[in-house]
Amino acid sequence: MSDILLIIVGAVLVQNFVLTRFLGICPFMGVSRNLETALGMGGAVIFVMVLANAITWLIHHFLLAPYHLEYLLTIAFILVIASLVQLVEMILKKVSPALNQALGIYLPLITTNCAVLGCAILCITFRYDFIRTVVFGGASAVGFTFALVLFSGIRERLEFSRIPRFVQGLPLNFITAGILSMAFMGFAGLVK
Amino acid sequence: MNPILIAIIILGSVALLSALLLGIASRVFHVNENPLIASVGEALPGVNCGGCGYPGCANYAKAIVDNNVEVTLCAPGGNEVIAKISALLGRAVVAKDAEVARLSCFGKPEFCAPRCDYQGIQTCRAANLQNGGQKKCLYGCLGFGDCVSVCPFGAMSMVDGLPFIDEEKCTGCAICVRECPKKLLTLQNKKRQVYLHCASKEFGKVVKEACTVGCNGCSLCARKCPEKALTMVDNLPIWDWSKCTQCGLCAKVCPSRIIFLDGRPVPKEAKEAPSA
Repeated sequence: MSDILLIIVGAVLVQNFVLTRFLGICPFMGVSRNLETALGMGGAVIFVMVLANAITWLIHHFLLAPYHLEYLLTIAFILVIASLVQLVEMILKKVSPALNQALGIYLPLITTNCAVLGCAILCITFRYDFIRTVVFGGASAVGFTFALVLFSGIRERLEFSRIPRFVQGLPLNFITAGILSMAFMGFAGLVK
Repeated sequence: MNPILIAIIILGSVALLSALLLGIASRVFHVNENPLIASVGEALPGVNCGGCGYPGCANYAKAIVDNNVEVTLCAPGGNEVIAKISALLGRAVVAKDAEVARLSCFGKPEFCAPRCDYQGIQTCRAANLQNGGQKKCLYGCLGFGDCVSVCPFGAMSMVDGLPFIDEEKCTGCAICVRECPKKLLTLQNKKRQVYLHCASKEFGKVVKEACTVGCNGCSLCARKCPEKALTMVDNLPIWDWSKCTQCGLCAKVCPSRIIFLDGRPVPKEAKEAPSA
């Protein structure tokens, strides 16, 4: 039980996907303009990551590993993740058209979101069992959302600040992300 | 068994399964969108100029169908598109006269000299921030062509230091109207033949000192108009288009010849004919 707790803390804080592993930078920069879309994107990623991790683990253990097809890992996982994202898009379109509009191009971009694929592949590398894989997926996605929400909050504040023209926009975002990342370095060593 | 075959079978079956699932999901989560939005969107020209005030043609189409927005906002489409959309929606066709952008200045550099040597950023907007720009006339066109660079239809070009508007290409999208820092461009009914090419509200003496082709507010046009369609406001004639018959007399009597008739200044010899 305690190691599951460690996985959660590790994935959310210590080895945060965006700020420590530097995966999924694209939506991190793209959808963090305001809190609402950040939360929406986070929700979508949590949903996709948990499902993707569960399904990719099953595919790896019952299809790829028995036939020694580990070399097909990347393509098989991308296939599953792509279809999952399609599914999420369909559901969102039906359930919440406004959120679908707000996420815009970034929802289809989860398809090629390296965080989702990275998470699935990491679970295989770490040789997690099924429960740990699902927990790790959920915790990683929560960490991703956490970073996104923090960053969008900072960005919302910065909208109203006086900023020298040469760092306005993207340059300031990268500087902010760097400082945020350094802050997360403080968690290093918390979980081994 | 051949390992390549196994790989193909397994990957293929995974793909087939996902495809099947997606197919079922697309049925279950099917969203009924109003087919009118798509057909209205097709009727619009699709240039996404934003002249209607909506971000892109698709959003305007949605606004027309969902919020009953009027169909006459699309300037590039003109009457043809209005008729098409009205037919789709079953509304009465509202004809709208085509509009084009026209410039209220004829102060080419040879007529209206610069009062300083402006060497800053070469845009009207930047020049205008420096105490109103480099022209002697504070109302005059600065001639850096901000309007030309924003025109999405290639209807504008710089000719002799002033933007020239090709009225055949101009769709009246009003993007240049919003761009001009001097507010010299306005949308005008394309059919109107007479148009004053000056915006200076100054008194005659000030206008004449700055520019040789400025309107000095002599009000000759207003006095000579047979229909009494012109009134002088702020030293400029204002047309009452409901009275104007486009006779062109105002253009002929104008001593500065800046009331254009049919897009051109009236030549000198024609000026004498009606007054005789």
